[in-house]
Amino acid sequence: MSRLEQRFADLKREGRAALVTFVTAGDPGYDASLAILKGLPTAGADVIELGMPFTDPMADGVAIQLATLRALEAGQTLAKTLQMVREFRTGNATTPIVLMGYYNPIHRFGVEKFVAEARDAGVDGLIIVDLPPEHDAELATPAQAAGIDFIRLTTPTTDDARLPRVLERSSGFVYYVSVAGVTGAGSATSDQVSGAIERLRRHTDLPISVGFGIRTPEQAAAIARLADGVVVGSALVDKVANASTGEQAVSDVLALCSALAEGVRGARKG
Amino acid sequence: MTQTNFRSGPDANGLFGAFGGRYVAETLMPLVLDLAREYEAAKADPEFNEQLAYFQRDYIGRPNPLYFAERLTEHCGGAKIFFKREELNHTGAHKVNNCIGQVLLAKRMGKKRLIAETGAGMHGVATATVAARFGLPCVIYMGATDIERQQANVFRMKLLGAEIVPVTAGTGTLKDAMNEALRDWVTNVDDTFYLIGTVAGPHPYPAMVRDFQSIIGKETREQLQAKEGRLPDSLIACVGGGSNAMGLFHDFLDDASVQIIGVEAGGHGVDTDKHAASLNGGVPGVLHGNRTYLLQDADGQITDAHSISAGLDYPGIGPEHAYLHEVKRVEYVSITDDEALDAFHATCRLEGIIPALETSHALAEAIKRAPTLPRDHLMVVCLSGRGDKDMQTVMSHMAAQEKQA
Repeated sequence: MSRLEQRFADLKREGRAALVTFVTAGDPGYDASLAILKGLPTAGADVIELGMPFTDPMADGVAIQLATLRALEAGQTLAKTLQMVREFRTGNATTPIVLMGYYNPIHRFGVEKFVAEARDAGVDGLIIVDLPPEHDAELATPAQAAGIDFIRLTTPTTDDARLPRVLERSSGFVYYVSVAGVTGAGSATSDQVSGAIERLRRHTDLPISVGFGIRTPEQAAAIARLADGVVVGSALVDKVANASTGEQAVSDVLALCSALAEGVRGARKG
Repeated sequence: MTQTNFRSGPDANGLFGAFGGRYVAETLMPLVLDLAREYEAAKADPEFNEQLAYFQRDYIGRPNPLYFAERLTEHCGGAKIFFKREELNHTGAHKVNNCIGQVLLAKRMGKKRLIAETGAGMHGVATATVAARFGLPCVIYMGATDIERQQANVFRMKLLGAEIVPVTAGTGTLKDAMNEALRDWVTNVDDTFYLIGTVAGPHPYPAMVRDFQSIIGKETREQLQAKEGRLPDSLIACVGGGSNAMGLFHDFLDDASVQIIGVEAGGHGVDTDKHAASLNGGVPGVLHGNRTYLLQDADGQITDAHSISAGLDYPGIGPEHAYLHEVKRVEYVSITDDEALDAFHATCRLEGIIPALETSHALAEAIKRAPTLPRDHLMVVCLSGRGDKDMQTVMSHMAAQEKQA
């Protein structure tokens, strides 16, 4: 059983949703970012999405755009992101790590080399924003062959006709983008989210994590009652943006993570 | 060159060989699939084509002339140089050919709002123009750097009723404007039509924009036939994203005798880090919905393009150009800022035509080649746009040169 499967199965038994946290690798610098990564599981993160910085994050809002720029200015590269996962894995064998980003840096790195190094580093899944199922052959197929899950985004625009295509080769979990828009923008209502989850359930048995626009423990709790996972990204990344030192970034991100975890853990699934 | 069917692309997945495709976020996938279906239907609809022909004739002013540039020809002392006069179109460039096509499609699809990116502002002006004509609100994303150097076009867009959103992310140029336009589209999926200005982006844009621009080459063929009774020997056009070039080239791709040359912006030189020559100085990658040649570093981060002409200041190129480069049907060369400026002045003084700085790159290549060619060599240069918008840039460049002298 993969780490992702194991984690969602365990949480299902506990009767609660997963807290999925997104941070950008190398933001605000390698060392502070690694400290955040290492601290997240203790602060209550169940699954970690680690953003791979790219100069042109077309589907991201301002918070993650700026995080990306901070990381790149601090010298982050894809090789360093993989190194970060390796270092994380020396102290943690159970928390799944999903790399999230855009295709070009991987394309440049070389797909074959990337898949092999990611697997050896202990990466569990990939979310590649600009690789729809139409381009599965490029990365999804080789990644899955190496045992790395390929997690798909589904959105309010993914209608019933398209859903099967999107879900066909999905693995790990399904990421439901609850609003049409960029990361960090507005949030969907509980009714909209529960309707969407009901619709997704008819098409898949995979765990469903919901993201976009979830910022507070209260919002996280509300989504945790409906979904198998709650994704928080921009709100955590904002903590890094507002910190004046690396140490402060680490402590502020982990403090928000703890508060979000409390919210998620307090909300038993109905 | 054994292959003769260079005009068959793209395939059903939007691929020209290994280039093109649909590399977009899932939120946009249903939209680009829908657009492809609607475009195919429109293309086959006589009523749509009649409308298109009407606006091409009575609104844009087509056909525009194929003009024998007699004094430039004499000056070069070789090939007979013709200008395809796209700068005489309404709005002063080839851009409107595509905008008319796409706005008719937007209306047909019942869209209520247009968005576009712009570099030099020519596509922004053309989009604002058709938006006014068809009564649609329109938002133009433009890099802050470009707004600074293209004030006249910014004012034109405002007069036409467009909202201009300055983009400060990145280097504040065309690539960043395109990112921001994509963010708008992903947010306003229900009512918004994204009017891409060049032969790039996810399928069907590269093919669709090319089709709307291909009237340039079709007219050129007929007009040269009427004047000289034969095909051109060579075609030259500047390439940023590459829409005027695809427009001129496409009709001739399968005429093996026609030599085709695309001119990239060499900035300070392709061997420096300040240029916009994606084919001559880049490697394949994925950006803005398509796989193509990109300026990027060893980590796959997109690097800044540089060109004196805002319209060529883009780190990528349309995927069909990437394909034509790989199969060697089209030769892609580069021209530096200084060479383009020299050609700009020469064309002003010899032909009484003030060309756009983008266009000046094509003219520079023509001026370079023509003297080496026989007098019966027929060369067509795409005069893609007029240079009124570039007065400020040229003025400050001339002032800087005077200071040095």
